[in-house]
Amino acid sequence: MSSYLSGSAPSRRQLLAAGGGVLAAGALAACGGNTGRSSGGGGGGTSGGSGGGGTISQWYHQYGEAGTEQAVKRYAAAYTKAKVQVQWIPGNYDQKSAAALLTSSGPDVFEYGNGPTIDMITGNQVVDLTDVYGAAKSDFTPSLLDRMTWKGKIYGVPQVVDMQLFVYRKSMLRKAGVQPPTTLDELISAAAKLTTGKVKGLFLGNDGGAGILAGPVLWSSGHDYLTADNKPDFANADVANALGQFHDLFTSGHLLLGAPTDWSDPGAISDGLTAIQWTGLWNFPMLKDKLGDDFGVLPFPAIGTSGKQSVPVGAYASCVSAKAKDVEAAKAFVKWLWVDQTADQLDFAQSYGFHIPSRASLIAKATKLQTGEAKTAAGYLKTFGHPQTPLLWSPKSATAMTDAVDKIVRSGANPTSSLASVQQVVNAELKRIGV
Amino acid sequence: MSEQALERATAAGPASPRRKWTDSPHLWFWIFVGPFVAGLLVFVVIPILWSVWLSFYDARNTVTPTHFVGFANYSRMLEDPSFRSSLVTFVLFAAFIVPTTFVLSLALAVLVGGARHAQAFFRSVFFLPTACSYVVAAMIWRHSLFGGTAAGMLNTVIGWFGAAPIAWLSIVHPPWYWLVLVTVRLWLQVGFFMVLFLAALQRVPKHLYEAAALDGATGWKAFRYITLPQLRATSTAVLMLLLVNAFQAFDEFYNVLSTTGGYPPYARPPLVYLFNIALGNGQDFGDGSAGAVILTLIIAIFAVLQGRLTGIGRRGDT
Repeated sequence: MSSYLSGSAPSRRQLLAAGGGVLAAGALAACGGNTGRSSGGGGGGTSGGSGGGGTISQWYHQYGEAGTEQAVKRYAAAYTKAKVQVQWIPGNYDQKSAAALLTSSGPDVFEYGNGPTIDMITGNQVVDLTDVYGAAKSDFTPSLLDRMTWKGKIYGVPQVVDMQLFVYRKSMLRKAGVQPPTTLDELISAAAKLTTGKVKGLFLGNDGGAGILAGPVLWSSGHDYLTADNKPDFANADVANALGQFHDLFTSGHLLLGAPTDWSDPGAISDGLTAIQWTGLWNFPMLKDKLGDDFGVLPFPAIGTSGKQSVPVGAYASCVSAKAKDVEAAKAFVKWLWVDQTADQLDFAQSYGFHIPSRASLIAKATKLQTGEAKTAAGYLKTFGHPQTPLLWSPKSATAMTDAVDKIVRSGANPTSSLASVQQVVNAELKRIGV
Repeated sequence: MSEQALERATAAGPASPRRKWTDSPHLWFWIFVGPFVAGLLVFVVIPILWSVWLSFYDARNTVTPTHFVGFANYSRMLEDPSFRSSLVTFVLFAAFIVPTTFVLSLALAVLVGGARHAQAFFRSVFFLPTACSYVVAAMIWRHSLFGGTAAGMLNTVIGWFGAAPIAWLSIVHPPWYWLVLVTVRLWLQVGFFMVLFLAALQRVPKHLYEAAALDGATGWKAFRYITLPQLRATSTAVLMLLLVNAFQAFDEFYNVLSTTGGYPPYARPPLVYLFNIALGNGQDFGDGSAGAVILTLIIAIFAVLQGRLTGIGRRGDT
């Protein structure tokens, strides 16, 4: 009997089942395979201790400009103390990287907009990077470092600075006899004068500015999201009145709405749909291409008597995951690339997209920022620049504020009561974070 | 006895010695069903249970929380005006889209079923949108059909009549965005449910109509007293699917309405709101899971109510 059993050939059914099992196992293995680490390479370096030899996985979001990916891979390849594997992540980068931090197969070094979120810091997902700065700390833009500092520790190294601002068609303003507006009232009357037939005076985005107005309106009216001692500073008459004016603008017919591209793209102004557009500094090369010298830049106009012009500035910052296989090696790489390698930093800021270096010494060296509108824009960083949102402005606060501004601007909700309910949410969030 | 049995077994020929462990039907059941059960467990059952567990914890930026908070996440979500308004919006949305899709797909099925010529052609034409990706359809609706400038297709059409172009997705008074969302959803879904109804229609015995015609019941009367009752089983299933679909709206809403600045506070489906809380920058899995459980309960309640009203699951009906 037993000899019969051992001698039996596998039936077709057994073979099929075995094949299925192999397939399933392969599929499962493939699911967890793409972590950005070469499977064999890291062994010696990590188990043996800190220092060299391991593989560092570094994540970037997908920059739109040609050559950026090759550039960051080139920088990484030049690092000798460890092998650095660059992961280029298309699509929802913030979500993907935040989710990856939950697992041990996430990045070791990753960039995040304006540094890690407060919950990443308090949740111990990222490590303190204060000591990678060394003597170079004073060279970095102070307002950006403040944005990434929690309880005296800095949790990111700004890579490059991006700025949002107004661009306008010089020829259109000249033709309409309009001076570049420096106050909100001037902007609103300029929008009216510049609207002719199919060309609208002003473009703030297809949502009428709901997505971008909060910060600039606060700063330009002499307020902020939070005061220096972290109290809400937005629920007041200045801000409410200004947002009310934007609702009037929304219904005036002078705003471009429903454009094929949104404010973050230069399409609306370069295709002649509008005379003034809110957009990003990153579009300078395309604007120059399409419009030549026929465009100028402006900060967000001042509001009321105590207001001052403003521009939001943001920076992708390099962070180190607390789950990095070798935290010290990852920190050493961040120091090497984003603190020591000034030539690479300048190349990254200048050669592909159009950004401002995050360090004063490099801004002085950036040749593209020495003339014309680019020089004017770069000058705004120091005089009018505000980090997009403060560190303690949690995603929940941000959603509450954006929703409120949207409802005020687009559907005419009462500004005073809307801002008051945002303040409740923000106070609850500040309390939760433990300010 | 046992010797006799052994003898009989050996006499039965070469088949019986193969009665081994590999012949157990249970073994083969599990080998073939096992991978699917495992997949279901790993990707569906465990995540659901995990989510329920998370909903009782303070789970910010972690999926293995330690701080138990009881029903705090639930009460926070129920107090959250944005979440409440998205739930109310989608109850109203379901109340509109479920009957509309139902009536349209049934009407199409009756029309196509009664077509004398080119029935296969019409069936395919109306069914084809089902094969289209929600994302692709949303993009076409957003950028081409309902483009906000004068070059948008609908704006071109209304331009022929001298109307000014409308920024369909920018203006919120009147809420044109609903027109965009409802039309894309109907286009995508009606064909599929039409096919379900067509199949059911073809199973209605012809002699019923003949008998009814002799009694003078044709047209609307025949539809009301023969077709509709005969479609009861299919109808209840279609209603259930439509209801679940309505509450689970995500794809086309997200792709039609979200902008650089995120998703606006209009027509925001509960799933989009929860997605932003849990998987967006929020990374708050406690609140997100609590919201998901609340949403599941609401769907379940509506499904039970609907079942009571339409009689799904009643003995002998299905």
